[in-house]
Amino acid sequence: MTPTTTWYLVLSALLFTIGTVGVLVRRNPLVMFMCIELMLNAVNLSFVALSKRLLDIDGQSIVLFVLVVAAAEVVVGLGIVVAIMRNRTTFTADDLAELKG
Amino acid sequence: MELFVFVCAAAMCLVGAVGVIVRRNPVHAALSLVLTLFGVAVLFVAQEAHFLAAVQVIVYAGAIVVLFLFVIMLLGVDRAEDLRTEPLVAQRSLAALVGVGLLALLLTAVIRGSDVLTVRGRGLATQLEAENGDANIAQLARSVFGDYVVAFELTSVLLVVAVVGTVLLARRRRAGTGEPS
Repeated sequence: MTPTTTWYLVLSALLFTIGTVGVLVRRNPLVMFMCIELMLNAVNLSFVALSKRLLDIDGQSIVLFVLVVAAAEVVVGLGIVVAIMRNRTTFTADDLAELKG
Repeated sequence: MELFVFVCAAAMCLVGAVGVIVRRNPVHAALSLVLTLFGVAVLFVAQEAHFLAAVQVIVYAGAIVVLFLFVIMLLGVDRAEDLRTEPLVAQRSLAALVGVGLLALLLTAVIRGSDVLTVRGRGLATQLEAENGDANIAQLARSVFGDYVVAFELTSVLLVVAVVGTVLLARRRRAGTGEPS
């Protein structure tokens, strides 16, 4: 019994769901970023699995680009977090309500 | 053997992913994320994506998670967060509802769509067919540097913009003047 593409896609769906629930539940911005990384990894996994299934190398090329964009996203996001948190002691996403009217 | 690898790697991924969202300490969450990333890298190898598995370990586990840990240490937020209190009324139950709904949607799409997948590519070189044993790395290079060379160059621009923007953003400004010190 060998794992088929469907198994990989189901695992990818599970990982994506866990990431979504994490973004919704956690309040620490850093942990929310980690959950976004989980979602990106789930999508990468499904791209690679479908690349094998459809015999098409384009899926793997796209995963490479997703990796680059994820790295850039994390760099900018953590830069924003550092800039915001420099003058603060508390650290939850709910505290960032300065723009509220 | 393939089944064993899949089950082990999938267990690594799921345990790590659950660890990210239930660990109270952000450092522990980051380490759980490493577990998930390694599991995904193992699955990449099982799916003939050897180069991507290496990149996954180097970029994600080597760079991104280290960046996370660096920021956690820099800001000194490595104390445990109290997860018992619910920040908003019914937030957790609503999040669980959204999660179940999303999972049901994705699984329906996967199960119903599994029989309409048709081969569309020109074939994927596998480890067994390649004479020098490096699987489809040459094929991937031909795709990235041939078909998608414009997108590849644009990603380098994106990285430069991200680095410059982050340096400007994270610089400490001198009080009053608005000039970067």
